[in-house]
Amino acid sequence: MSFTDILWTVGIAALKSVGLLVCLLVYIAFALYADRKVWAAVQMRRGPNVVGPWGLLQSFADLTKFFFKEPIIPASANKGVFLLAPFIFATLSLAAWAVIPLAEGWAIADLNVGVLYIFAISSLGIYGVIMGGWASNSKYPFLGALRSTAQMVSYEVSIGFVIVTVLMCAGSLNLTKIVESQNQYGIFGWYWLWLFPMFVVFFISALAETNRPPFDLPEAESELVAGYMVEYSSTPFLLFMLGEYVAIMLMCAMGTILFLGGWLPPVPYAPFTWVPGVVWFVLKASLFFFMISMVKAFVPRYRYDQLMRLGWKVFLPISLVMVILVATVLKVTDLAPKSPEPPPAPVATKAVIQ
Amino acid sequence: MTALFFYLFSTVAVASAFMVIAARNPVHSVLYLILAFVNAAGLFILLGAEFLAMLLVVVYVGAVAVLFLFVVMMLDVDFAELRQGFLQYLPIGGLIGLIFLVELVLVVSTWSISPDALQVPLASNAPLEGITNTEAIGRVLYTRYAYFFQAAGLILLVAMIGAIVLTLRERAGVKRQDISAQNARDPKEVLTLHDVPSRKGLPESVS
Amino acid sequence: MGYALSLSEGWDVAIGCRMTDLVAAYLPLAIFIGVSMVIAGALLVAPYLIAFKKPDPEKLSAYECGFNAFDDARMKFDVRFYLVAILFIIFDLEVAFLFPWAITFGDLGWYGYWSMMCFLGILTVGFVYEWKKGALEWD
Repeated sequence: MSFTDILWTVGIAALKSVGLLVCLLVYIAFALYADRKVWAAVQMRRGPNVVGPWGLLQSFADLTKFFFKEPIIPASANKGVFLLAPFIFATLSLAAWAVIPLAEGWAIADLNVGVLYIFAISSLGIYGVIMGGWASNSKYPFLGALRSTAQMVSYEVSIGFVIVTVLMCAGSLNLTKIVESQNQYGIFGWYWLWLFPMFVVFFISALAETNRPPFDLPEAESELVAGYMVEYSSTPFLLFMLGEYVAIMLMCAMGTILFLGGWLPPVPYAPFTWVPGVVWFVLKASLFFFMISMVKAFVPRYRYDQLMRLGWKVFLPISLVMVILVATVLKVTDLAPKSPEPPPAPVATKAVIQ
Repeated sequence: MTALFFYLFSTVAVASAFMVIAARNPVHSVLYLILAFVNAAGLFILLGAEFLAMLLVVVYVGAVAVLFLFVVMMLDVDFAELRQGFLQYLPIGGLIGLIFLVELVLVVSTWSISPDALQVPLASNAPLEGITNTEAIGRVLYTRYAYFFQAAGLILLVAMIGAIVLTLRERAGVKRQDISAQNARDPKEVLTLHDVPSRKGLPESVS
Repeated sequence: MGYALSLSEGWDVAIGCRMTDLVAAYLPLAIFIGVSMVIAGALLVAPYLIAFKKPDPEKLSAYECGFNAFDDARMKFDVRFYLVAILFIIFDLEVAFLFPWAITFGDLGWYGYWSMMCFLGILTVGFVYEWKKGALEWD
């Protein structure tokens, strides 16, 4: 590979990355607006309606405002860690998007272990929270960070089991292959139907994992003010908010890929197959996001002990049993995906270290 | 290109590993430790072991380091107090360090690797035809190495029981919610409706 | 010495020849992470360049509903959080063991199936134990 070749590869990848990130951020600006509108509609309010036509530019006005706010670092804070926390939080939640296939072959990096990569990156989101809470050196952030960590950690386990059941049906860790394995019988071939209990567990765990209402205990206003974000202002605060919404959209995208057939059309026949895959993907992710914002509008907040009970005593056993059940059914009916040809027996290699 | 990344990852890994022991604040040490883990994962990827790389991040960074951070934050260590005993323990600490160093030198200098073993890593590096390394692991771990796998399960069981025995403290006087008992309550048995006549109040037997 | 030499040779071979498809697939990933770092970094730095700044001690003190902070914020907290973290590690490892099994499951046959059921059985014993001991109760 010559130097220009490398330069080309890097340049194209960089352009693609910038393109995807810009689209994602603009989409999130409107998702935020939609979130507030849905919330307002449920409560018979009008929601944002001043900036731009129907208030469509509200998020951009908010963004500009954040830039001109005074950034405050508390005197008793650990300054480096304090600023590093929102940076890490936002970067990590953005970074996970690299492996999401928006349409066939549209992923920036189509990794063999795509699911594991997302699982790993989303488990790192905890650090932004815990570092922010600790570095603020203030009581509310500290308590908020602790709660948040315990909560995210508890629901991560059920998300792991949910992913495992999907993997058993799909037979690959590659996100593109997971979508392709659902390419049968249109909407009825997607895993939401076959693994319906896991779809529900995934949806609720996704809410808990991203600290969305009704599981927004880390920032329960009535007791912890704003949780780990209390001491943040200006763009460091913006980065936390942004990271949170990017993580929510990531969960929507994951739900779409694992359960709603990614970019596949709901009916595999003529007029539907003409629509480009990315449109289906965005529609499905938006549907998922709509469900999440409806939950925010009409479900009251959980109490902390109820939250932990739900994670450890309800979801964990359910998903464990489902793993066993799915495995048994696949094994008995012999439907488990197999590799095309029997693999050669691995050569016995024995490392002798004298 | 790969060499560039190799030097980047290995330099950062070594530097942050050094900072783990050099940092004054234990929380900073843990953060440097995390950085070292992440760079080690990068090195694994360069070797083509992508599954191991991701597991390193999931297990060590995502779980073990969270625990470390909890412990460090929970201990609430007073650093000035810690440093007081430093000079006092210096001779014995230095002695132990020296013994370790001598032993390590002895071990490494007499170490030799059989020619067979040298061939192995290079051979096994070759990607199997059309098989990702996750599948390659999956094909042997649960059948060929089933006993080791079960042993891992037992170790996890022991860890679970150990953690509970060590940390679980029963607190007296805690009121807990019993959800099944709540749901099992029958409105017919616990709720009665009365017509209260005006100006008479409830009859004695009910109130 | 022989050890060190051969090891470095192994690494050289590994680095030189392993710019395979597998590693090449990670290059766009590295670039993507780089770009998102730049975006996050730019957002972080922007207000320090353009925003109005006038710090004073009241503004910079830790938030405590209007009071002066009367205690160190980094207090000792319940050991239960610690227990949750340990249990999380154990279940996370269990999930990690499940991943390769889940994708090779079709090729493994009944032996691989029972092997995993036995593993899950052992851990279910642990799970039942912690449930009965009340380690999952939160109070």
